[in-house]
Amino acid sequence: MWYHKPVINEELLQSLPNLKIVASSGVGIDHLDRNLLSSYGVKLSNTPFVVSTDTADLGMALMLASSRRLVEGYQMAVSPDTEYFPADWLGAELSGATLGIVGMGTIGYKVAERAKAFEMKILYHNRNQRNKEEESAVGAVYCKKIEDLLHQSDFVLLSVNLTAQTHKLIGKRELELMKPTATLINISRGLVVDQDALVEALHNKVIKAAALDVTYPEPLPRDHPLLKLKNVIITPHIGSATKKTRRLMMENMTESIQAGLTGLPIPNEVL
Amino acid sequence: MSKKVQAIYLWWHKPVIDQELLQSLPNLKVIANSGVGMDHLDLKLVASFGVKMANAPHAVSSSTADTGMGLLLASARRLVEGHHIAISAGVEDCEADFLGVEVTGATLGIIGMGNIGYKIALRAKAFEMNILYHNRTRRKEQEEQAVGATYCEKIDNLLQQADFVMVVVSLTPQTHKLIGRRELELMKPTATLINISRGAVIDQEALVTALQTGVIRAAALDVTYPEPLPRDHTLLKLKNVIITPHLGIKTDKATYMITEEAVENILAALNGLPIPSEVLPS
Repeated sequence: MWYHKPVINEELLQSLPNLKIVASSGVGIDHLDRNLLSSYGVKLSNTPFVVSTDTADLGMALMLASSRRLVEGYQMAVSPDTEYFPADWLGAELSGATLGIVGMGTIGYKVAERAKAFEMKILYHNRNQRNKEEESAVGAVYCKKIEDLLHQSDFVLLSVNLTAQTHKLIGKRELELMKPTATLINISRGLVVDQDALVEALHNKVIKAAALDVTYPEPLPRDHPLLKLKNVIITPHIGSATKKTRRLMMENMTESIQAGLTGLPIPNEVL
Repeated sequence: MSKKVQAIYLWWHKPVIDQELLQSLPNLKVIANSGVGMDHLDLKLVASFGVKMANAPHAVSSSTADTGMGLLLASARRLVEGHHIAISAGVEDCEADFLGVEVTGATLGIIGMGNIGYKIALRAKAFEMNILYHNRTRRKEQEEQAVGATYCEKIDNLLQQADFVMVVVSLTPQTHKLIGRRELELMKPTATLINISRGAVIDQEALVTALQTGVIRAAALDVTYPEPLPRDHTLLKLKNVIITPHLGIKTDKATYMITEEAVENILAALNGLPIPSEVLPS
């Protein structure tokens, strides 16, 4: 299964009586109905760890691009109308700023490791607190209440998986708790953010900017307001899009499929 | 009025410091530059009028290092191209084969390991990058170990091994066109060139050819010669090039710190004290 295709529904499962396993590319499985699959006796696997560093890298890329206004800057640098570069055109400094990571799983932790090297102050919110060693390795401070993280962060990065609990986790209330100078980075799933609330928040300068690798749907309708806002960077879900990682994902999926077909324990099985 | 001027704070190369200006300001004691590069100043000329000069080396390093990493990541992951695909009217489906190159675990070659180069190494280490560096002088062992950097006495060794080549030197007669056709051809065809130093450190014509013929994969340039480039320049049209308008230090924080550093230098000069970041004509 690649990029959520084909769609796995009752009809498809009924038409494939000998289907033994669905191997999904990437780590997210929110697009699959696990109960449905299991009712047909079909196994499921994903590719959880191999995508982590690329996704963390992209999170950092988006944070840097947004804070320094890289896309706007590029447009100025190549525009036929540009005669000089204005001296008062500024971005915001990333080094030394406060990063709030919402979702400190494998990917969130790798973001923290990278951000630490930029001398960023790191806060995180997670279902469970990480142990002391892990926290001090990256200098991360636990915020049991997401509100505390939102209040203090210059950058809020979302790296949760999409579940019933994280659906619209960031809505109007959360956006209003953020600093007006803050930037929202989303590398998780579009549905973790209330998109309409986000558009409004950006319009009314409730927050400063957003950088999104994921939206709902993907791609957005061509007339969607998010596509037109100057303070928004959108990338087409490229979190794991490098040659090396894609090859590793395929290898993982092949391994899982082979195991599934021969009745052996399945690597990366999702239960 | 001109008799009263004792100090100049040079902001983005203005005013132009030439013979005429220096002659018209008999009481000028010091010129403080906003930034670290001094290539736009005739150091000998200024010194001949008994005027001291200072730059702002400390305030610039973090923001310039951030710019370097930002360009490296944006180029590797094709961020600008990706954004245009994501927002453009003609797109109906996301391309499943839109791929970039990995940053984590790749080899970064830093040319110029001064304050800024070293801060880049610190950042790159967190991405588990393998770090090579080329510099006029080798850094101390402790400094090398802290970032896991390997010295390449010959620039050729660095160019042949690096997936990303980051140019962070100051512009001098020795570094003018440091990266030309020969150097580009030594680089891997999958490599990316990132320039956050000065446009003139790279032979721009050679770079255009290299990018068009696949000699290197891509380039990301915060600096060009001139700035801005003429609007019909080929570099503006190449898909595998990101150009930014000399963003290096353009943050609110850096601007503030640079001004503080400049003021410190100016006050020291006016009070006849040692100037913290004095620049002498070599």
